[in-house]
Amino acid sequence: MGPRCRELVELVTEYLEEALSPADRRAFQAHVRGCDDCRVYLGQMRETIDALGELPPARLPDAAREELLARFRSWSARA
Amino acid sequence: MEGATRPPERYRIVVRGRLSERLGSAFAQLRLERRPGRTVLSGSGGRAAAQRVLDRLCDLGLEVIGVDVFADYDRLVAALKSGDETAFAGLMDAYNSSLLRVATIYVGSRAVAEEVVQETWLGVVRGLDRFEGRSSLKTWIFKILTNTASTRGARERRCVPFSSLTDDDGSPLDPDRFFGSDHDRYPGHWSVGPTPWETPEEGLLAGETREVILSAIDALPPSQRAVISLRDVEGWSSADVCDALELSEGNQRVLLHRARTKVRCALEGYYDAVELTAA
Repeated sequence: MGPRCRELVELVTEYLEEALSPADRRAFQAHVRGCDDCRVYLGQMRETIDALGELPPARLPDAAREELLARFRSWSARA
Repeated sequence: MEGATRPPERYRIVVRGRLSERLGSAFAQLRLERRPGRTVLSGSGGRAAAQRVLDRLCDLGLEVIGVDVFADYDRLVAALKSGDETAFAGLMDAYNSSLLRVATIYVGSRAVAEEVVQETWLGVVRGLDRFEGRSSLKTWIFKILTNTASTRGARERRCVPFSSLTDDDGSPLDPDRFFGSDHDRYPGHWSVGPTPWETPEEGLLAGETREVILSAIDALPPSQRAVISLRDVEGWSSADVCDALELSEGNQRVLLHRARTKVRCALEGYYDAVELTAA
């Protein structure tokens, strides 16, 4: 007997990381195929992860970056 | 990122079977390694260069079973040590976002985090002569960051416990969302299932949902925030995150799981509230 919904939600990350054993993976997929709620949940987790990956990058201010390049330049110019 | 140069890269393509001498000579600029049942082609360049080779392999009717593009650390370190400014600029552009996110976790304010990241790069420059390792360049830079950040964090009197699993504030999913195992008809099943989200066309990062996600990340306990930032926001591999944060694979996965569950819950809370006001 495969995982129940309450257990499945705790296995979502292992599933997406491909860390489940082949048997557990099959049981997970079988449950999702037959359970609307868990299918919605899995889809929402995927949407969440995708959104995280699209957040704009954090940037160092240009002035700070230029200063660091200047430091690198003087380091590389040393004897 | 516009204008950002990438550190030097290499690619590796695995093809099924043996390449005949004639075919092999068509890829003279690549290194070919013969393995049982397959041939590994590797060369310098990034995704674009790899794609050109893939296109030619496809034209020749060869079956590709794997492609991998990775930083060419040997060339990068050599370039840095020889004072190549483009390499240094590329390295900064590749890592600053990750460094800033992790530094902010330690010191709290973005302004102080920027100072910490600058100090980190100065430390990298000062330490370059002594740096010997190759594949641990990323880990080495991150070590400098965490040392710099925790010193600064201590000075700012912020205590950041990076104890991996003890900073858990309970399961974000309310157990009442599920029936108990003793339920007659649906043991362990959802009692209140998730409602499908009406994601706007522009996606989850439009407007308010972006703020919900950012706030949810900010509210995470430090180690969960670090793992989800590096894995999902910055796209680091699991191995690199385990190295940089000194976590086992298992611990890293648990932290990632808790963090993702919380962020999803925050979005669910937002959508439920939206539905209520619309009703």
